[in-house]
Amino acid sequence: MNVIVYLIPIALVLGGLGLLAFVFTVKSKQYDDPEGNARRILSDQWDDHPKP
Amino acid sequence: MTVALRPGISACPACNAAPAAEALAEVEMDGQLALSLPSIHCAACIATVEDELSKVEGVHEARVNLTLKRVTVEAAPDVTAEQLIGVLGRVGYEAHELDAGMLRATATDKAGRDLLMRLAVAGFAAMNVMLLSIAVWSGAEGATRDMFHWISAFITLPTIAFSAQPFFVNAWAALRHGRLNMDVPISLAIGLAVVTSLWETWLSGHHAYFDAAIALTFFLLAGRYLDHRTRAIARSAAEELAALEVPRATRIVDGVEEQVPLAELAVGDTILVRPGGRMPVDGKIVEGTSELDRSLLTGETLPVFAAQGTVVSAGEVNLTGPLKIRATAVGKDSSLHQLADLVAIAESGRSRYTSLADSAAKLYAPGVHILSALAFVGWYIYAGDLRVALNIAAAVLIITCPCALGLAVPAVTTAASGRLFKKGMLIKHETALERLAQVDTVVFDKTGTLTEGLPELSNPTRHTDDVMRVALALAESSSHPLSQALARAVRDRGLQPAHVTDIREVPGYGTEGRLNGVRVRLGRADWVGAGDKVQETSAWLSLGDGTTHRFVFSDALREGAEEAVRALKSAGHRVLLMSGDATGAVEAMADRLGIEYWMAEARPEDKAARIAALKADGAHVLMVGDGLNDTAALAAADVSISPATALDAARVASDIVLLGKDLSTLAEAITTAQKATQRIRENFRIATVYNILAVPLAIAGLATPLIAALAMSTSSITVSLNALRLR
Repeated sequence: MNVIVYLIPIALVLGGLGLLAFVFTVKSKQYDDPEGNARRILSDQWDDHPKP
Repeated sequence: MTVALRPGISACPACNAAPAAEALAEVEMDGQLALSLPSIHCAACIATVEDELSKVEGVHEARVNLTLKRVTVEAAPDVTAEQLIGVLGRVGYEAHELDAGMLRATATDKAGRDLLMRLAVAGFAAMNVMLLSIAVWSGAEGATRDMFHWISAFITLPTIAFSAQPFFVNAWAALRHGRLNMDVPISLAIGLAVVTSLWETWLSGHHAYFDAAIALTFFLLAGRYLDHRTRAIARSAAEELAALEVPRATRIVDGVEEQVPLAELAVGDTILVRPGGRMPVDGKIVEGTSELDRSLLTGETLPVFAAQGTVVSAGEVNLTGPLKIRATAVGKDSSLHQLADLVAIAESGRSRYTSLADSAAKLYAPGVHILSALAFVGWYIYAGDLRVALNIAAAVLIITCPCALGLAVPAVTTAASGRLFKKGMLIKHETALERLAQVDTVVFDKTGTLTEGLPELSNPTRHTDDVMRVALALAESSSHPLSQALARAVRDRGLQPAHVTDIREVPGYGTEGRLNGVRVRLGRADWVGAGDKVQETSAWLSLGDGTTHRFVFSDALREGAEEAVRALKSAGHRVLLMSGDATGAVEAMADRLGIEYWMAEARPEDKAARIAALKADGAHVLMVGDGLNDTAALAAADVSISPATALDAARVASDIVLLGKDLSTLAEAITTAQKATQRIRENFRIATVYNILAVPLAIAGLATPLIAALAMSTSSITVSLNALRLR
């Protein structure tokens, strides 16, 4: 069972990374327009190259 | 946090590196425009709107927000909103300018983001602590169990300190004022659970409640966030209505006209108000004659003659000729804002309403605390062990945790508000639904609420076709609402205008022209020579032969007004009509709708006083009104509704804003509110049943952390599911 000495910190760090990613999405306003984002992904307008 | 406060995508990406430079850029960047796009609905719309706007010279960036049906444009300062509205109009999208300053508050929903962040941190911690707890529940022993408890403590303590802050702050605020609210038992349960668990962990004990403390925080924050989100959506829609209002006025300086924001107007400025425009300030007319529509302020439908020297107040509508006015009071001093005092007095009566959640907390909090204290004392005497006694007391507090109670109200109000929002009702206030459910008396305002504020010819068959044709010729050349109503009515009978020449409009009086060389006039009674004045709204026509003809107008009923009154009466509510309009008009309207109790020529104070009297008799009053003269009454009533066309002041004073034109949803809204309140009470009962089942276990010392976690989650889930039944 000594393996948990590594596993628990790894699990916590990975979870923490997920939390940081979520904090980033909140700060960069990715939840401001859920309906618009749901539609935008269906548009093929910028499929070949990113929006300039 | 400056980054989060910036709306949309930055026009100046380099600025993001330096917050100071960014704050500066925000001041300099005058070119941010916001347009409301009510008809936008699909992915293609987004692309079209953004493409078309980007093609306009000077536009740097256009970003559509489909959820809010709004587009934000970053552009050079010389790009105007009218220009962009024109561009969008050509591709088929209706657009309205929004006051960007008004929207800034809603665009940056700081409190919502803050709650979401706390919720996310609590969720993350709860998942990790639960995983560790499962190991303990499945039989981890000795050093492993201790280590898992310590790791849990290590995760839980900072999380509680951050995530549970709103509860601690609210509980402290309530205790300082000597009151009890739901946050007091919550804070105590979380606090005691953490302290006893730390102590247990220190002594290598079996049970630690870190998972319960953190799950409790997570569930309760979820309830708070739901609650906040529902109200934020309603608030942002309500603020959008305010932002739609024209924020500019035409000022004349040395004979030159200029468009300025209202905030820049000062006392003594000369302001031009065109026909159809609303007075931006209080003032005195220095040039021009016209008629004024004062209905939003007084409820009076009869247009008032205005000439040089007439005193006007903000909110009145200029009907016929251009007027130049000299401002005597602007902004906060104008009569629009002076009613604020009256509103404040009336509102203090309403704030005494205790929400269902608070009254439940009043019963619940002392009960739980006494129970927990009794368990502590009982076990201390019986076992003589402080540690065991404290553990039991903590278990009682956690088991009776108001988790389900905390979800009971927000889950239901979210479901009910969403349902009403689809029907075009914005619930602005948190307890508005509960108050709406109690209503037994409904008071309507007349002008602008039961009626559309649009006149309608009420005696079209009394005149011969020849008379009507002359009237049509004169009426068509005027933009006065009565003329337009008259023209519409005559056209509906399929008549063509008579050949009238030299037609000219005399602002403030009417229209005149020549028929076969003889002068004909359509307008005010004294001007056409008809002499006798009447109470009803009417226009007179004088023909060359000396005869005069009278056209009577009544206000067109608002869509759904009859249905609303009928449905309210059949649901057993008492319906009243209160108006500032003349007795004749009010009586006619009351007869037409079958309203028995009515009151005419009521001043704003009269309305508020009457509502106070009704309330003193034990009635629960719903006030529906739109005008400035209604604001005090709206604030005095138990709950109030105003249509979207109402003045800003009236909308602010009311709890619910009606977005559509239709009134018929009123009765249904009351039913939905009653159902919602019933559901809330049901939820309280479910939560109580869970407590009654689990409390004996806790007091007997049989409650393990596993049982606590199970009881907590099942009651929360049942309550949420019960709330969803409302849809």
